[in-house]
Parts: sequence; C-alpha cells; structure tokens
Amino acid sequence: MYTWKDYVGYDRLPHIWCSGCGNGIIFNALGQALEKMQLPLEKVVIVSGSGCFAKIVNYPGVNTVKMLHGRVLSGATGIAMANPELTVFALMGDGDGTTIGGNHLIHAARRNINVTAILGNNYNYGMTGGQYSGTTPEGSITATSRYGLVEDGFDACKLVEAAGASYVARTTAYDVLELQKMIIEATEKPGFAFIDVLAACPTHYGRLNKMGTPAEQMLKIKEGTVPVAKAAKMSPEELKGKLLTGKLVDRNDREDYAVLYAKMAKEARGE
Amino acid sequence: MKATITINQKLCKSCGICVAFCPKKVLGLQPGKKAEVVDPEACIACRMCQLRCPDFAIEVIKNV
Repeated sequence: MYTWKDYVGYDRLPHIWCSGCGNGIIFNALGQALEKMQLPLEKVVIVSGSGCFAKIVNYPGVNTVKMLHGRVLSGATGIAMANPELTVFALMGDGDGTTIGGNHLIHAARRNINVTAILGNNYNYGMTGGQYSGTTPEGSITATSRYGLVEDGFDACKLVEAAGASYVARTTAYDVLELQKMIIEATEKPGFAFIDVLAACPTHYGRLNKMGTPAEQMLKIKEGTVPVAKAAKMSPEELKGKLLTGKLVDRNDREDYAVLYAKMAKEARGE
Repeated sequence: MKATITINQKLCKSCGICVAFCPKKVLGLQPGKKAEVVDPEACIACRMCQLRCPDFAIEVIKNV
C-alpha cells in the first residue's frame, strides 16, 4: 500500500517553487491521484523539460527523466514505445509544452502515443523572469509586454483535439478534486491524454497584472472559465474570452501508436 | 474534534491559500508567520486545505 508521500518524495521537500505557486497544487493532485490508483513505483515514469514546472522531477519517488527545453513529449514517446508496460506522465509548462515544444505536442497527439500529458498553464515563462508565452491572453502585462500583449494566446485543448488526441480536458488549480479525477481518467485511457491546468504564478504574471494574493488569483482564473455543460446554453458573445473547462474530448475510435506498431511488426515477421 | 490538523512549519510558505478557502475558518495566518490552526473544533474534515496546499504542509487526519 503506497501513500501520496511515497509518490511525491516527501523526504525531498520543500520544493523550489514560490509561495502560492499553482505548480505545487498540480503536484499535490498528482500525488493524491497516484495514491488512489496504487500504481507500483517502478512502473511510473515522470518526464519533464525545462522551466518552473519541470523542476518537479527533482522530488518524486517514481522514475523521472528530464529532457531539453520543449522536448518533453519526444522523451515520453521514446519511453512509451520502448516499454508499453510503463505509465508515462509528460509534465510540462505552457512555454515547454505549447510554445517551444508545440510541434511535439501536435505530433504526439496525431500519433496517439500512450502518454498522459499535463500542462501546468500559468501564462508565462516563470523561471526566466515572466516573459509571455503562447497561451498568455491578449492585453496581459508581462516582462516582455510592458504595455499589454498585442497578440492573443491560443487554446491548447482545441489544438490537441484537432490533432487527434483520445482524451482532452481542462480544469483550474482551484478545482483540485476535478483535477484528481481527470488525472485518473487520463491515465486509464489508452492513447494520448491531455489535461490543461490553469494555474497561478503569483510572482510574475499575477503581480504584474495586479491579481492580488495567490488565493484571489486562483479565483480570478476560475472566473475566466465556463464548464462545458453550462457553455452549451450560452451565446457566442457571452463566451468571448472564456475558456471551457471539464472533459472536452473522450473518444475510443483510434488505437494507440504502440498497439498499431506491434501489429505491424507482427505482420512483417509473418506471424 | 472531527479531525487532527498538522501544519509542517518547515514546509509552509505562508501563501494563505488554505486560510482563504477554508469553509469553516479553521485556519489563520498572522503577517510574517506560518499558517496555524485557530479553531480546531469547527473543522469538518473536508481536507480541502490539504489538497490545495502547494507545499504539502498540511495534513488532515480524520478522527474515528
């Protein structure tokens, strides 16, 4: 019987993140979800890249791999293909996952690699001083957009959905119970599963955009979202600038890449 | 008491998330100090403080 302390590596804490950082809340939810699933420690791999959220690999009691900036999903693809018995988590920030590693995100979803990708989306590159990323909303003040960002951020869930992922969901760091449920569903789903978690960065993004304390910032992020069921009854004008939360895609019509590849290999050997 | 709440003083970073979201105002935070339990009797053991803590500093164990 494992507890969350075994999964998160309790002895190695405290972690490096700032006070009130949303990354810690996502890590907490991952620990709780792993405790509920009771996966053996040696059968779980956490892959990350560079950035604040990527520092997560320094702590867990499970296997961890740290990749180059943006190459989280390339590493995760290799691990998932080499040993399909492993449960692979690709943990990336918005800079890592959507901006620098955006191409890998598209192709991991297109191939339907059996990986659970969690995007810790805090709207900026926190580690390097709070520059804007691909998901930063229009008008935001960041270290590189002092007078407000002129371009608009994109919806990572829509991108992954269009590329062909099996499971796509979005939630905020405020809704921890929903996040735990999503992590369990995504892990049990064969094929590419993607969860976009909207989290607070109190040190850079929240401070520059005058969003208040970490708790107030979490509530403001929550206010900018609408659950899918409620959104169905709303007009496009009301939904402008809002992000949909909840389970956005859950399909079973595509087999995952490792299964298809094994079939092809069998055929080639004439078995 | 419905639950025993322990706050790890070494792990707490005084962000105030647990205090802001506790539905029963069980926790408190003084400026420059770490989070503390101010009203243990009011706790309903929902564990939301533990689950929302970014620093793994709070543990809520239900009293049986």
